[in-house]
Amino acid sequence: MSYNFAYLDEQTKRMIRRAILKGVAIPGYQVPFASREMPMPYGWGTGGVQVSAACLTPDDVFKVIDQGADDTTNAVSIRRFFEKTAGVAVTESTAEATVIQTRHRIPETPLRADQILIYQVPIPEPLRFLEPRETETRKMHGLEEYGLMHVKLYEDIARHGEIATAYAYPVKVEDRYVMDPSPIPKFDNPKLESPALQLFGAGREQRIYALPPYTKVVSLDFEDYPFDPSKAHHPCALCGAEDSYLDEVIVDDAGGRMFVCSDTDYCAGRLTQERPHDPAFASTQY
Amino acid sequence: MTPLLQVRNIEKRYGARIGCADVSFDLYPGEVLGIVGESGSGKSTLLNCLAGHLAPDQGEVIFDTRADGPRDVRQMPEAERRMLSRTDWAFVHQNPRDGLRMRVSAGGNVGERLMAVGARHYGDIRETAGEWLTKVEIDTARMDDRPSAFSGGMQQRLQIARNLVTGPRLVFMDEPTGGLDVSVQARLLDLLRGLVRRMGLSAIIVTHDLAVVRLLADRLMVMKSGHVVETGLTDQVLDDPQHAYTQLLVSSVLQV
Repeated sequence: MSYNFAYLDEQTKRMIRRAILKGVAIPGYQVPFASREMPMPYGWGTGGVQVSAACLTPDDVFKVIDQGADDTTNAVSIRRFFEKTAGVAVTESTAEATVIQTRHRIPETPLRADQILIYQVPIPEPLRFLEPRETETRKMHGLEEYGLMHVKLYEDIARHGEIATAYAYPVKVEDRYVMDPSPIPKFDNPKLESPALQLFGAGREQRIYALPPYTKVVSLDFEDYPFDPSKAHHPCALCGAEDSYLDEVIVDDAGGRMFVCSDTDYCAGRLTQERPHDPAFASTQY
Repeated sequence: MTPLLQVRNIEKRYGARIGCADVSFDLYPGEVLGIVGESGSGKSTLLNCLAGHLAPDQGEVIFDTRADGPRDVRQMPEAERRMLSRTDWAFVHQNPRDGLRMRVSAGGNVGERLMAVGARHYGDIRETAGEWLTKVEIDTARMDDRPSAFSGGMQQRLQIARNLVTGPRLVFMDEPTGGLDVSVQARLLDLLRGLVRRMGLSAIIVTHDLAVVRLLADRLMVMKSGHVVETGLTDQVLDDPQHAYTQLLVSSVLQV
């Protein structure tokens, strides 16, 4: 059985590209688009997959990460999906990839101007849990009424003594739109100002938004409680990196735990540099 | 002296039925106007038209803005009108649940307006919120509690604090004492009277409770079937009612 290149038909891809162009023209603005049903459940990256399908060309090298890892179910199945339907080359290496689809992380390796980072977004509306009415949130974006966002941060400090929002930390884009950067850890927020094009796709909510290269992105905070891109205070237990975001892994029933890089490619890359001849750390090639 | 608010021939219809019609009045700075009338007489419709919650079918609502002097609120762009309604205006709902964020702490509720106009210093916001809670007689120890844990009277006082924190010049109140028991009502009225006089607020109070207007209002407007049937100084209207309906209204009050 053969598919049209990258599964979606050409008209659909054009429709998505128009939404992407509009999103790039208005950084941080959520552009509605006619999201299609994809052969995967909502919440598994249907938005990201559609944006990827609209961006991929036959020459691209595609990488998928899920919480930083290349080898989890979601990442593997989406990578296979485009291998099969688009026939593009795939990789686990951030440096080699030209299009990277991600769920909830930004790779540790700095991105370049010739790369596109595509986020899977569950809930694109940063004001959703404060104001349930879509008509009202649209009006608030339109009139730039963002006081409510700070009420959330105020509540965090009042209740926890610090801004406890650790992921999906709201940002203001180009001094205009408040944007949900998808549930990336706030550790990744400073990396949103990037030379790469960043696209955000929410399939169920039917929204696409974008951060063009070098867009100004400021994490919201208070003057006396400045934004803090914190992470676990440990080095990675495998590669020893102290500058990467860590996952806490429970290793036994006795409370044993270890902290390891959430970005598997970054971790493996550091280990191969250290021990280039150890086959256990050679990154898998597809 | 320029009136703070000039209302000219406001009319609002619901299909063929009249919500309110032909309402005109001037409100001067520091003045409190009471609007009384039976249920369905159009007083809430009128208040919502004035506060911008409903679009009147015709008429003018001219507000004396700080920057540009008197301007018709209906002709303003929506952004400006909404800015006005969270700085120079305040709206106290009858049911505090309509005016409060029930999932946000008392401090956050009071701080919301400050943050909406650009306050970005947590310590300052909290301090101001604390001062206002004290002013409305809520213990600052309850600052981080949600309004759902408050009694009805406390919720209403919190709603008032939340509205007055940005130092508005005009306050709309829709039955501010409705649904509260008499002793709580009395304390709330006392508090309101103090705040209104001390801050020199102008206010428009809609109520069917004549005791409320007797205590708070300088002038009174009596409405029936969408029309204003009598206006005048509060004591004058209550002590010497001219219109048949006003006479009925005044004589209906139970004397204990």
